[in-house]
Amino acid sequence: MKPQHPLARTLVTIRTWPILIDAAVILCCLAFFLGLIKLGTYWMARPMPAVVISHSARALPLYAFYSIARMGIAYILSLLFAIGYGYLAAYNRRVEAWMLAVLDILQSIPVLSFLPGVMLAMIALFPGHQFGVELGSIVLLFTSQVWNMAFSFYSSLKSIPREMVESSRIFRYSAWQRLWQLELPFSAIGLIWNSIVSVASGWFVLIPCEMLSFGDHSFRLPGLGSYLYSAASATPVDMHALFWGMAALILIIVATDQLIWRPLIAWSDKFKFEQVESSSRVTSPILELLSHRGMLLQLPSRAWNGLEEKIYHRLSATRACRVVHPVDDEPDKGGRLFSVLLGILAGAAVLWAASQAVHLLHGVTWADLRLLLLGAGATYLRVNAALLIAALWTIPVGVAIGSNPKVAQVLQPITQIVASIPASAFFPVLMLVLIRMGAGLGIGSIALMLLGTQWYVLFNVIAGAMAIPSDLKEAAEVYRFTRWQRWTRLILPGIFPYLITGMVTASGGAWNTSILAEYGTLGNRTLETIGLGAQISAATGEGKFATLLMATVLMAAIVVTMNRLVWRRLYRLAETRYKLEG
Amino acid sequence: MQEAGIPASNQASSQAPPADAIIRAKKVEKYYAQPSQNRIQVISATDLAIVPGEIVALLGPSGSGKSTMLRMLSGLSTPTAGQVYWHEKPIAGAEINVSIVFQSFALFPWLTVLQNVEAPLQARGIAPDARRERSMKMLDTVGLDGFEAAYPKELSGGMKQRVGFARALVVEPEVLFMDEPFSALDVLTAENLRSELLELWANKSIPTKAIFLVTHNIEEAVLLADRIIVLGRNPGHIRTDFRVQLAQPRNRKSEPFTQLVDYIYKVLTKPDVAPAEAPEQQTPVRDQRQMHYQMLPHARPGGMAGLLELLLDRGGRDDIYRLADDLSFEIDDLLPIVDAAQLLGFLTIEEGDAAITESGTEFANSEILRQKELFRDAALANILLLRQIRRALDSKIDHTVPEDFFLDMLDEQFSEEECQRQIETAVTWGRYAELFDYDAGHRRFVLPDAQEEEIATGKEDE
Repeated sequence: MKPQHPLARTLVTIRTWPILIDAAVILCCLAFFLGLIKLGTYWMARPMPAVVISHSARALPLYAFYSIARMGIAYILSLLFAIGYGYLAAYNRRVEAWMLAVLDILQSIPVLSFLPGVMLAMIALFPGHQFGVELGSIVLLFTSQVWNMAFSFYSSLKSIPREMVESSRIFRYSAWQRLWQLELPFSAIGLIWNSIVSVASGWFVLIPCEMLSFGDHSFRLPGLGSYLYSAASATPVDMHALFWGMAALILIIVATDQLIWRPLIAWSDKFKFEQVESSSRVTSPILELLSHRGMLLQLPSRAWNGLEEKIYHRLSATRACRVVHPVDDEPDKGGRLFSVLLGILAGAAVLWAASQAVHLLHGVTWADLRLLLLGAGATYLRVNAALLIAALWTIPVGVAIGSNPKVAQVLQPITQIVASIPASAFFPVLMLVLIRMGAGLGIGSIALMLLGTQWYVLFNVIAGAMAIPSDLKEAAEVYRFTRWQRWTRLILPGIFPYLITGMVTASGGAWNTSILAEYGTLGNRTLETIGLGAQISAATGEGKFATLLMATVLMAAIVVTMNRLVWRRLYRLAETRYKLEG
Repeated sequence: MQEAGIPASNQASSQAPPADAIIRAKKVEKYYAQPSQNRIQVISATDLAIVPGEIVALLGPSGSGKSTMLRMLSGLSTPTAGQVYWHEKPIAGAEINVSIVFQSFALFPWLTVLQNVEAPLQARGIAPDARRERSMKMLDTVGLDGFEAAYPKELSGGMKQRVGFARALVVEPEVLFMDEPFSALDVLTAENLRSELLELWANKSIPTKAIFLVTHNIEEAVLLADRIIVLGRNPGHIRTDFRVQLAQPRNRKSEPFTQLVDYIYKVLTKPDVAPAEAPEQQTPVRDQRQMHYQMLPHARPGGMAGLLELLLDRGGRDDIYRLADDLSFEIDDLLPIVDAAQLLGFLTIEEGDAAITESGTEFANSEILRQKELFRDAALANILLLRQIRRALDSKIDHTVPEDFFLDMLDEQFSEEECQRQIETAVTWGRYAELFDYDAGHRRFVLPDAQEEEIATGKEDE
C-alpha cells in the first residue's frame, strides 16, 4: 500500500511532473496579481465617465483586460446569486411559486432598458471613484447572465433522485455536506452549459454598453466594445483599428473556449448520472495536462481539505446533525409570523414603487402610446420573420449535420465557438455596410437579429437530429419512405421538442437584440427604423424615462404573453405527443 | 397440525410489544386528506415493534404501503397519525442510529467507492485517518478489497449493492433497514449476497442489533427472516405476523420450508376479510374495500389468455405456488394476472389453488375474435369503470368523453398516481375488447371507428 501522506519535501526531490506546468502556474499567479493591482488603482481613480479611447493597437491588451475583468466579476456574482436563489426557491415551498414567477418575468424584460437607471444609481453610490461607473456595467452584465443559471440550478435540485435525498437524510448529512456532495455535483453539468450561454450573452451586452449616452450623460468605459465602436464612429472609419479589435475579440472567445469551457465540460463527465460508461466523450488536452498532479496544484486542494475537515467536525456536533430530518418536513410554524411581517413589508414596498412608476407613466401621451404600439407591431413582425428564416435554413443544415456523426464531431466545436462570438461586435461593421449601401434598418435589422439568434436553433436541431433513434431510420428505409414521408413522419416530429427549445431561446434573444438592431449611432450618424427596440434605444439616448418605462413594460408584456399562449402550448405538445421515450 | 414452521396465524397484530423494543410504532397511519371529507388511506392504524436479535421481513404485494412503512419506522417520513418511538422516546427528536440499503443502490456517481463509504462517517465528524481505516475494513468485509478507487459506473450491480451495504454498515447502526435490496440484481448475485448477509449476521461480524427487510419475494422472506409480517392493501394493514422457527441454514426444498411458502401464498390470495374492530375516528373514512370502483389489477389481456390456456392444459386446476414456480414468475408478476382473471369471472381461487370456470374454459378454447367478444361481455358485466366509460360514450352525441371526467371520480378512491395507472389499464383492456379507443393527444375516450360508422349509418336508416 502506498503511503498516503508523504512529507511534502520528499515529493520535491522526486519530481515526476514536467517543469513546464509549474512555470505556467507561477506565471499565471503573477499575472493575476498584477491584474489585481492595475484594477485596484483604476477603480480608485477619479471618476472619468467619458474616457478618450485610443485607436492604437497597443492599447488593445489593456482594453481587453478591462473587458474581461468586468465579465469575470459579473459572472462570479451571477453564479453565486443563481445558486443562492435556486436553493431558496427549491427548499421553501411557500415562496417557490413566487420566486419562479419573478424569474420568468425578469427573464423577459430586455436587459438594456435597465441601463440608464442602473448607471445613475451606481454613480450616485460611489461619486468619488471610477468604481461607480464600472459597477454600473457589472450590474448590467449580472442581470443578463443570472436568470438562466438560477433556473438551471433550481430544476436540477428538484430532479435529484428521491433515494439519494433519502440516503443523505438517513446518514445525517449537514446542509454543507449535502450542498458539496450532492446538490452541486448533481447540478454541475447544467450549470456549466448554462454558464457558457450566460457568458456568451454577457459579451453580447457588454460590447454596446461600454459606449453609450442618455440625456446629457455620456459614458465611455475603456474596453474592447468602446474600442470597436469608436473605431467605427471615426471619420474616416479606422479600418485598421476595427480589424485588430475584432481579431482580439475572436482570440479571447477561442481562448475561453479552449482553456476554460472544454476542460470544464470534459471534467463534468464525472457528474453524469448514468449507470454505464458512455462511448463518446469530450476530450481536452488542457485538462489532461492539469491532472498530471503538479505539486503546486496539490497545495490549494490540501489546504481546502484541511479546512473542510474542521468544518465537518464542528457541524457534526450540532443538533441538526444528530437527528434524522423527515423528507416530508412541514415548515416551521414559529417562523410564520416573521414571514407574514416580511410579506406585508415587501408588499407595501412593491405597492409604493408601482405607484411611483404609474405616476411616471403619466408623462406618456396618447400619441406616444400609439407610436409605441405601432413599433411593437413592427418589431413583432420582424422577430417572427427572423425566426422563420432561421428555421428555414437551420432545419435542413442541422439535420444534415446531425445525421452524419463524423461531420457532427468536427463541426460541433466550431459552431460552438462561432455562436459564442457576440453578434453585437459585428454591428458597427454591418451598420457601416448598410450606410454605404444606402439600405435602411427596416430589413437590415432582421439580418442583425438573425446573426445573434440563429445559432440557438441550429444547435438544437443538430442535437435533435442526433437523437432520432437509428431503428426508426431503418424502418423508414425498409418501408421505402418517400422523401416527403421521411420528412413529415420521421424527421420533423423527431426534432420537434428540440426545435421548440431552440425557437423559444431565439425568440427571447431576438426581442432583446431588437434594441440594438433597430437603432444605431456611429459618431454623428444615426440609423433607425420603426420598431419597439428603436424606441427603447431612442428614449434611452434622449433621457425620456417615461417613454422608456412604457416601452419596456410593453416589450416584457408581449414576451411573457407569447410565452404563455404560444410557447407553453407547443412545449406541452412536445412533451406529450412528440416525446420519443415513453 | 403443528409442524415446525407453521405458526398459529393472526389476523391482526395484537401482540403486546416487548419492553426492550428498539423501534416501536403505535397506531401509525398514513393518509392524504381530501377536501371532500374523504381520505386516501395509504396505511391504516398499525402497531409494529422491532426488537433486538431478529431479522424482520415485511412482505406484501405492490400498493400495500411497505416502503411507506419503512420510511415511517426509520424516521424519514412523519406519520399522519400515531407515533413512532425509539427506545421509548419519540423518534422525531431522538438521536437514532439506523441505515438504509436501497433498491437502486443510491450511490453518488461522482465519488469513488471509498468516498461513498466514508461519507456517513464524514457527516459524524470522524477524523480522516480513522475514517479511512474503518471504511477499508468494511470494504474488506463485504469483499470489495482493491476497488477503493473505482467509480460506481465501473462496477456491476452486485458490486454496487455491496458498496451500499458497506456504506450502511460502516456507521454501525442499531437497526439496518433494507428496501427490496436484491430485486435489482440477477438471481445468482442475489443468492450470493443473501448468504453473505446471513453469514455476517450469524457470526456477529456486524454490531447491528436488528434487521428490517422489505420485500415482495416470498422465498427471500422465508429464507432470511426470523419474523414475517404480511401486509394487505387497500388500505395497507397487517394481515398476519408470525415467527419462523426453522433453523438456519434453511433448505429451499425441505418440507417445512415449502409448506410455509404455501401458507403465505394462501394468505396473500385469500379474499379480503372485514376488519375485526371498527376503527374509531372522527371523520368517516370510507373503507376502500367497500367502495364500488374495483381496483383494476395491472395485467394485460394477453397475459390472462396465456394463463387460462395453461390452466386448461393442466386439467383446469392447479396450485398457484406451483404455477409460479413452473413459470419462474415472481408473486408480484403472477398475482395481478390471477386477480384480473378472477375479477372477470374466468377463474376462482380456493385455498391457494386456481380453478378455471366455465366461461374461462370457453375463453381459453376460442380463437382471438371470440376471445375479444367474451372479454368484452365479462368486462361490461363485472367492471364498473369500463361499463361507465362505454355508457358515457354511447349516450353522448359526439361519442367522446374527456379523461378528466373519470379521473375526478377515481380521485375519491385512489392516489393521483394510482388514478393514472387505473386509467391506463382501463384503456388497455378497453382497446383489446374493442369497447372504446383513447386519443392520447386530446386525452379523450372515443368510440372505436367501426362502431362509429355503424351508429352513423344506423341513424341514417332511421
